[in-house]
Amino acid sequence: MSFIPAGMTRRHFMRHMAASAATIPAIQFMQHLQVHAETLKKNQKACILMWMGGGPPTIDIWDLKPGSKNGGEFKPITAGGTQISEHMPKTAAQFDVLNVVRSMSTREADHGRGRYYMHTSFVPNPTVVHPTFGSVVSHELGSQRKELEIPSFVSIGGDPGSPGFLGMSNAAFVVNTQGRIQNADMGGMDAGRFRNRLAMLGTIEDSFIASKRGEAPQAHKDVYKKAIDLMTSKQMEAFKIDKEDPKTIDRYTNAGAPAGGMMRAGGEFGRGLLMARRLVEAGVPFVEVGMGGWDLHANVFNTLKNNNLPAMDTAISALVTDLKERSMIKDVVLVWMGEFGRTPRINQDVGRDHWAASWSNMIGGGNLKGGLGVGATDADGLTCETKPYLPGDIWATACHALGIPTTTVHTSKRGRPMKIANGGAPIPELIG
Amino acid sequence: MRTWSGSRWALWAVAALAIAVSASVAITAEESGSKESKSKVATADTKPVAKKRVDFTTGSSDVLISFINEQIRQGWTDNEIEASEVAGDGEWVRRVYLDIVGHVPPMEEVEKFLADKDKAKRSKLIDTLLDDPGYVRHWTNVWANLMIGQDTPRRVSRKGMEKFLREAFTKNRPWNDVVMDIVSAEGHFEENGAVNFLLAQMVMPDDGVLATAKTTRLFLGMQVQCTQCHNHPFNDWQQRQFWEFNNFFRQLQREDHRKYDAKAGRMVDDYSELIRRDGVSDHVTYEKRNGLIEAAYPRYFGKDLIDEVAQKDKDGWDVNRREVLAKLMIDGEKPLAALAMVNRMWSQFFGYGITKPVDDMGPHNPPSHPDLLDRLGNEFVKSRYDVKQLIRWICNSEAYNLTSQASKVNEEKDNPAAGTTAMFSHVYLKSMSAEQLYDSLIVATNAHKSGRSSWEQAEDKKRVWLRQFVVAFGTDEGDESTTFNGSIPQALMMMNGDLVKDAISAQKGSFLNTILAEAPKDTDRIRRLYLTALGRAPSPKEAKGAQDLLRVNPDKLAAYQDMFWALLNSNEFIFIH
Repeated sequence: MSFIPAGMTRRHFMRHMAASAATIPAIQFMQHLQVHAETLKKNQKACILMWMGGGPPTIDIWDLKPGSKNGGEFKPITAGGTQISEHMPKTAAQFDVLNVVRSMSTREADHGRGRYYMHTSFVPNPTVVHPTFGSVVSHELGSQRKELEIPSFVSIGGDPGSPGFLGMSNAAFVVNTQGRIQNADMGGMDAGRFRNRLAMLGTIEDSFIASKRGEAPQAHKDVYKKAIDLMTSKQMEAFKIDKEDPKTIDRYTNAGAPAGGMMRAGGEFGRGLLMARRLVEAGVPFVEVGMGGWDLHANVFNTLKNNNLPAMDTAISALVTDLKERSMIKDVVLVWMGEFGRTPRINQDVGRDHWAASWSNMIGGGNLKGGLGVGATDADGLTCETKPYLPGDIWATACHALGIPTTTVHTSKRGRPMKIANGGAPIPELIG
Repeated sequence: MRTWSGSRWALWAVAALAIAVSASVAITAEESGSKESKSKVATADTKPVAKKRVDFTTGSSDVLISFINEQIRQGWTDNEIEASEVAGDGEWVRRVYLDIVGHVPPMEEVEKFLADKDKAKRSKLIDTLLDDPGYVRHWTNVWANLMIGQDTPRRVSRKGMEKFLREAFTKNRPWNDVVMDIVSAEGHFEENGAVNFLLAQMVMPDDGVLATAKTTRLFLGMQVQCTQCHNHPFNDWQQRQFWEFNNFFRQLQREDHRKYDAKAGRMVDDYSELIRRDGVSDHVTYEKRNGLIEAAYPRYFGKDLIDEVAQKDKDGWDVNRREVLAKLMIDGEKPLAALAMVNRMWSQFFGYGITKPVDDMGPHNPPSHPDLLDRLGNEFVKSRYDVKQLIRWICNSEAYNLTSQASKVNEEKDNPAAGTTAMFSHVYLKSMSAEQLYDSLIVATNAHKSGRSSWEQAEDKKRVWLRQFVVAFGTDEGDESTTFNGSIPQALMMMNGDLVKDAISAQKGSFLNTILAEAPKDTDRIRRLYLTALGRAPSPKEAKGAQDLLRVNPDKLAAYQDMFWALLNSNEFIFIH
């Protein structure tokens, strides 16, 4: 709130402004400054996508194969009614609300195609650009949240892709884990001067709008209004994780633990999840948080146990605990996925390559059931032994948790009907 | 008003309100023929000049222009639409600069043009702009974006693509030669920049499906991609034809080379190249909806080419199938490649093509002006695919010279944004592209004069800015340029970003600094700001409002900065109208 003079609350500031008769035209441009309900509606539904860029080896994380030649170095431990990797102990303890779907079979084992498929539920196709799922949620839920002044789809170090035919108003708003938003502050300009500018701008805009040149000039003004809302919104605080208790930050990032290898990168993921929780709390319905470093063609076990898994374990368990403590876990659905899994076979570099035929996703929270391992792969992890699931089924499950009807149909720019989540169906075991 | 004391802001607000209210009064007064207007010079270019359209000419004597005008007029008559007035010189000069050279006109050029009494000044300006270096830069941007997208895919060389296009537009290469080079391209992505169009369609392994779809769409104006999976529901395209076309693209192979970077201590991307696979089967197989597998042989609109593709080239390799295809695409008196280009260029200037969408031509989607499309295609071929000549025809047409203000009569009937067929009875607004915006901000603030940097340097700097902008800007090729698809980050960038901050800087040598030094009178300064940003003088009321503001503002410089900020952020600035 750099723009409201220091020592003045928002409400006071508004009253101060309203006291002057001269603010009449300003009201037109400054509607965003109207006092909104200070307390946001509670229990708003939201989804946090944890995106594992590069393709995570789910056979070492969620679907271990002890006794198989493909099994690798790790042992399983109990997590709710199922088992996960021994290097995810804190997350295992949260498996009252989390689940693994072990029979993902998604056919796309190229990074670009897999990223597109998992994010959109559709395989790439030259006829149309499908919206990434965050844009779908933004379109469905963001538009209903009139009190939301910040974007309804935020990507923190993720790789979300395009809003496609849902348009730029549903595009991901991209920030880094520092929460710095480019160009969102006026560099210390005083409020009076900023208002001068907006007043003058409004005059020029309105006279152009009135000059019979179609609808586009008004659309321009509308986008500016949103941008100004954002600049001046109290909700922008949600991006600032340093407002949190340092203990909370520690809990997400494990900052106290001895730093080893890529621990810093893991800490970034924790910071991202913490920001996601703040955003969701502010009313943002979809947040994507990226974690990279999964394209493990070599040295997979050392990397996992020393770097990726401890960092991820800390971050995910902290998020779930935090959501529980704030009574938000029933409203926030958590989805964990990457482009694809990795080969059950261990290659000569002690790595695993791309594999989409049989791998796992994690999903939980949002009043879904918990502690389940849904579906199964064979003893060597090579094929799905039960009904294979597609990304559309994961997203349909998320729709169910978010209260978005799975019968929703969008229309592409060329008038072609597109079923939400590509017609996928919620996974029965999870919705009970 | 002066006795009423308050903050600086309060007085500003009153002034702003005064502008808003009295602007509408002023327009009414002018329309009713009132003689109240004191400053005729200032208003001359702010309202449409009452030229009778019947007599309208830009000064060009090309007979084809009369033909275009007749065809467009026939459309108005048939649909009982009355066209808007001819655009005033100020409105038109800004538009033609943005459309041909990709930026707003420098202030001196606006003033020169407004003062010019030559009846043929519009056609002369079109010719001048076609020879301007900005023409090459702008059209290189336009086609690079069409060919590889605004966001360059990994392992595609934008530099290579731009170099190829720059040469093409500098030499005004015949368009059929350009199509030939692009479609049949092979080689290193910087040595032969033409390969980047296809490389950009090969970011994911897909058997050349995207390359097939994009090539037919961009260079033949045909949408065949739906038939990849099924017969087209509305047109003659069969699924088999898609795969017959795809057959020509099956030799495509990209080679991505890597090299060791000693500094970074790891392998990094080196160059990429497009190579031809040898020994590719003469047919491709595809699955029909009923599950049957069929074979498709190379064929172009019913013409069998099995024998042609079975040949060897002079080096003993299988003949380049895409070369066989490209030759057919540009063969004949009125090939599809010519019609597609005419339609595409028309839409670049008018916002809508003669078909809608511009790249979906065919019997299922009849053109709004069939004879016009046909004749323009013919003449374009006769001109030896002369792109500059095509632009000359379009820009000298009556329709292109109309105002963008709709009239009471045509705003409903001719509103393609709302779904009606475009009848070109007034000019439709277009959003500036990111490049047009960047270049316009540079020109508007004189930055182009101080810089002595090379093309490459200037382009590098611009690319850094554009990369930021692309995130904020829609990149979906399906979008119409006439709708505003800006986003919040884009607005933030305009309001608070460095480029606009620099533009309104008051440091020595800056635009504002120069204006304040050169023009001692506030009226003149205000006029210059408006001319620079909007290509028009302020209306008398706008000018008065601005002066009131300056009078009450203790910090004049800040007031000028705020004024210029508002002008550059306005819808009137960012739209081409």
